[in-house]
Amino acid sequence: MNASELAGRVRTGETSAVDVLEQHLRAIEECDGELHAFLTVLGDTARSEAREIDRRLGAGEAPGPLAGVPVAVKDNLCTRGVPTTCASRILEGWLPPYDATVVKRLRGAGAVVVGKTNLDEFAMGSSTENSAFGPTRNPHDPRRVPGGSSGGSAAAVAAGLVPIALGSDTGGSIRQPAALCGVVGLKPTYGTVSRYGLVAFASSLDQVGPFARTVADAATLFDVISGHDPLDSTSLERPNPLALARLEEGVDGMRVGVVVELLDGADASVVKRVHEAAEALAAAGANVEECSVPEVSYALPAYYLLAAAEASSNLARYDGVRYGLRVDASSAEAMNGATRAVGFGPEVKRRIMLGTYALSAGYYDAYYGQAQKVRTLIIRAFARAYEQADVLLGATTPTTAFELGSKVDDPLAMYLSDVCTVPTNLAGHPAITVPFGVDDLALPVGVQLLAPALGETSMFQAAAVIEGAAPAGALPQICAPTIGAGPTSTRGER
Amino acid sequence: MNEHGSARSERLTREDAAYVARLARVDLTEDELDLYAGQLAAVLDHAAQVAAIATSGVEPTAHTLPLRNVLRDDVVRPSLEREEVLAQAPRAEDGRFWVPRILGESP
Repeated sequence: MNASELAGRVRTGETSAVDVLEQHLRAIEECDGELHAFLTVLGDTARSEAREIDRRLGAGEAPGPLAGVPVAVKDNLCTRGVPTTCASRILEGWLPPYDATVVKRLRGAGAVVVGKTNLDEFAMGSSTENSAFGPTRNPHDPRRVPGGSSGGSAAAVAAGLVPIALGSDTGGSIRQPAALCGVVGLKPTYGTVSRYGLVAFASSLDQVGPFARTVADAATLFDVISGHDPLDSTSLERPNPLALARLEEGVDGMRVGVVVELLDGADASVVKRVHEAAEALAAAGANVEECSVPEVSYALPAYYLLAAAEASSNLARYDGVRYGLRVDASSAEAMNGATRAVGFGPEVKRRIMLGTYALSAGYYDAYYGQAQKVRTLIIRAFARAYEQADVLLGATTPTTAFELGSKVDDPLAMYLSDVCTVPTNLAGHPAITVPFGVDDLALPVGVQLLAPALGETSMFQAAAVIEGAAPAGALPQICAPTIGAGPTSTRGER
Repeated sequence: MNEHGSARSERLTREDAAYVARLARVDLTEDELDLYAGQLAAVLDHAAQVAAIATSGVEPTAHTLPLRNVLRDDVVRPSLEREEVLAQAPRAEDGRFWVPRILGESP
């Protein structure tokens, strides 16, 4: 059952927040041994939150649009007094002294936080195999990856362990796993959702966003978490784009550009689905045209330089002094080096090395400086494209879910799975992936809609039309009993 | 030279990797240095694509926000609880983080 239905039933007293929670905790217990979507499950605190929702409803209060809805949170979002590991040994055992703003907003809307989900260490990766605590499996095929870095959140939603979840997207870390697991995933406009309490990876690119099984639930969650936050200096001081309130307005007259560069090199089965989604938009009244944004193909190398450079700076804080792991040594510098050697996994070390190199004397202009200029060219190219189009359409990922272990020893091959998602982050724009049928192996395919900054309203409207026209998805191999039963439990049956 | 190829290793040598690791304060083993030198050379080879793009006269972008300077009154507000913060440190003493010796070391 999806989030809006659950909240509705809790509000009307048809069921209670406690019953909803217990049902989902049972599903987690049954499925998560194999799936490994969760790093921490919050039985007792979640139970007391759910009891409080029921008490408030009993007292005639309105707990909010997510009343009694269980939600999972990526384990790079701080939860006060609850482990927040970033899937890294270096933060194992750390208990944050504060909640992320988005976590506070979830609870403020009546949601019940049931657990923290697995990720690639510090959100660096595209398969969740870089977790220090073991990989998450794809619910559609446990031999395959769920994508990453927010693979735990994507898998938990796809398998029906929670109806909605939060992730973070620096170069595709929400959209790529959402596509590979067959759920909806949104990367909002940079600055619309607070980053306070999101452990920093690449600060000019990071943005928190929702996972859901329906576009409407993603819109609801975006409305809940977006808005100005004085605790985040990059938070925009302007009204949010409305998502849910204008979701059903359709696409009549909307200009849609199908970006050829976002289909280049994609599997034929993925390209076919994108064209079908374009036809669905045209059938609903949109003006669909092919377009070219050649600079998009520069995005991947520029992204990996900029993100690594920012990461090498941000991760300097893990020095064994204020939190997390310390490996003792006779001097502070020796302690720093020994702590980081033991605490960080291979991919994090690689990115820190790459970023440090790109920022070092003699290479700064050629790598970091040049990548920043290329970023400007990409932003200009999108600006030209949006003179002709209201939203853009393309693939979310070049392939469907790949097998565990198939790319983990070849960093460059892994990076290439982000080729369709990174341009959006460099531009600071929003983008959403919507599940649209399956490939020949019955693996989910996602199609991606992009919009200019603060263009979420139109983007969600197009997403709703695509969702309505989507071919039926496959039922996951690993899933909660509830997901196959309810009339609106999967997107394809909506 | 390493197993990942010769042309690339000109771009990033094992000695370069050791130097970068030192700058980044990460102790790496000999095996790790070999592995990362090869892998980083491959990634830098790909990244070199950006060097070929014409960017003369193009301003760099550090972030995508329309930022302006903001001033506010300096009002005393609650901050994080000191004890709760220090409780998360590997070692704390007398309300402070305890670290090994920093000054007076030989270089």
